Amino acid sequence: MVSFLRFLINGISLGSVYAVIALGYTMVYGIAKMLNFAHGDVIMVGAYISYCAMQYMGLPPIVSVLAAMVVCTALGVIIEGLAYRPLRQAASLSVLITAIGVSYFLQNVALLIWGSNPKNFNSVFSVGAIRLFGGELVITSETMLTIAANIVIMIALTLFTGRTKMGKAMRAVSEDKGAAELMGINVNRTISMTFAIGSALAAIAGVLLCSAYPTLQPTTGSMPGIKAFTAAVFGGIGSIPGAMIGGLLLGVIEILGKAYISTELGDALVFAMLIIVLLFKPAGLMGKPMREKV
Amino acid sequence: MKNTKKILAVILVMAMAMAMSSFALAEDAITIAVIGPFTGAAAIYGNSCRYGAQIAAEEINAQGGLQVKLIEGDDVHDPEKSINAYNNALDNGAQMVDGCTTTTPCIAVGAQANEDRVFMLTPSASSEDVVNGKDNVFQVCFTDPAQGAASAEYISGHGLPTKVAIIYNNADAYSTGIYQTFKEKAGEVGIEVVSETTFTDETTDFSVQVTAAKDAGAELVFLPIYYTPASMILQTAKGMEYAPVWFGVDGMDGILTIEGFDTSLAEGVMLLTPFSADAQDEQTVNFVTKYKELTGEIPNQFAADSYDAIYALYTASVNAGIDGSTSPEDACELLIGQFTSPDFKIEGVTGTMTWDASGMVTKTPTAVVIENGVYVGFNG
Repeated sequence: MVSFLRFLINGISLGSVYAVIALGYTMVYGIAKMLNFAHGDVIMVGAYISYCAMQYMGLPPIVSVLAAMVVCTALGVIIEGLAYRPLRQAASLSVLITAIGVSYFLQNVALLIWGSNPKNFNSVFSVGAIRLFGGELVITSETMLTIAANIVIMIALTLFTGRTKMGKAMRAVSEDKGAAELMGINVNRTISMTFAIGSALAAIAGVLLCSAYPTLQPTTGSMPGIKAFTAAVFGGIGSIPGAMIGGLLLGVIEILGKAYISTELGDALVFAMLIIVLLFKPAGLMGKPMREKV
Repeated sequence: MKNTKKILAVILVMAMAMAMSSFALAEDAITIAVIGPFTGAAAIYGNSCRYGAQIAAEEINAQGGLQVKLIEGDDVHDPEKSINAYNNALDNGAQMVDGCTTTTPCIAVGAQANEDRVFMLTPSASSEDVVNGKDNVFQVCFTDPAQGAASAEYISGHGLPTKVAIIYNNADAYSTGIYQTFKEKAGEVGIEVVSETTFTDETTDFSVQVTAAKDAGAELVFLPIYYTPASMILQTAKGMEYAPVWFGVDGMDGILTIEGFDTSLAEGVMLLTPFSADAQDEQTVNFVTKYKELTGEIPNQFAADSYDAIYALYTASVNAGIDGSTSPEDACELLIGQFTSPDFKIEGVTGTMTWDASGMVTKTPTAVVIENGVYVGFNG
């Protein structure tokens, strides 16, 4: 029973990291209707910036997180402006391939700057751990803060898209780009803003990911990125609560699958679940069913 | 224009003649090719081997008598480039090879050298495929599977806990190879394996594997894996307040060099390695001092293996009467004779080594344990 709880908490912790990453995927998809495969690598850049700020410049953890957010926000806007904006009218396949190109570009630039040797990311949180059941169950501060950060981010995002002017503009662009433009919404600026928010989230996700799983190397973002993308599709891509629920479920399934079925099949189970969900609910758990226009 | 070319040609010929005559005047020397990755992602291993070989050659040459000349070839950890480096070295007069550093290039060059009849002694390519079916290729390092059996014997023979969990990478031939031989040996020597879990190169979360070991009550966790995942496992275990004895293999060598790694996590980690840089015997102290002078760093196992490889090649050459005029083909047969002879024994910094016709080495590994962030010898 205690070990089940332990697995569940680990699963929620891993799932929270996936959820924060998935929020970035889902926002960009919901508004710009494109899959930003470079998202996972923005996470990696965020983690490196935070690492460098702490390790080489001796800045306090909070400042390093802010620095990572600023750099990633700028990076996100630049990527969008240079790589994706010129392709706004192009076929979605071209945009997809460009995104994969950006992903490789970021990985290789990181390889040039930081080298291939892994670095060990020291956790930015140093609060104590909670011990339950006489020390049998230890919940680390990383786990608690990851879960808390996840909840805060989701609430903030929901309020932002629901209540603010920019948020409403985002929803309008997401509904119908052309009509939004006719209503006087600056579509390009709205999409830039989406990338800015998505990338700032990526920076936070990078710090959370590496605090819980401390090895940092240029490919650190790619596998969690793919898993989070799976989570976003699982929950219904484009839906903010969907990304959250998809991420959490995926993390829990992965950990419980490894614990009770087989460590060798953990990842296979995750992707098998995706296939099953898509077979029965093609729009994902919380996605809106879409009708093809004829 | 034509005249300038002629004059140039004459000058070149004269320069070559002078160079050759100066060789003839020098003492007789055998020529050894040192092949490994000196650039690229695996450069750390190749350069260690190169510097280890340089130190050995310098020491030998300072003694007088038969000299050693090294020809270094960079293979960038690529089989094709390795063959090029090998051919290039032979064209320049190499008679035998200290190499290759890494397994994949070594298999490629080994096949070529087997055809050409050139003797190869690899310091560090540890796969069995390197030596299998090639009578002219020998190893200084343990083969991967041998490490598993040696680890099991060491654990049971030195009073370490015998309730053991294993966490290994099932996507990696090195890791699974060691795991299998460890498992086979464990039954024979009374080790009880209570938990076996796996991961792959993409795994980021190790909580399940560590929990399984903890719940099974393992007192020792055997990690036949590289140091990067090992560092994550140590971190995870710390979060769970689980502190068994950690026992690694040579892939664990390097854990203290991860940038930003909290070395207190690795406190008490044991690893089986034939070389420990803080051993106090005269030979090791001498080697470590010279290596530090040359590179500013503490030598790792690769450097030590390559250092021993040059001594092994040199000693065998002296015994067999090989000199600068022996052809690579003749040298190959003579060296095979030496290495497979029961009297041939090398006492190097990585232990006392003997070989048999399989090309695999026999030597006794020692365990080191990490204390206060450095390796110290383990006396169990």
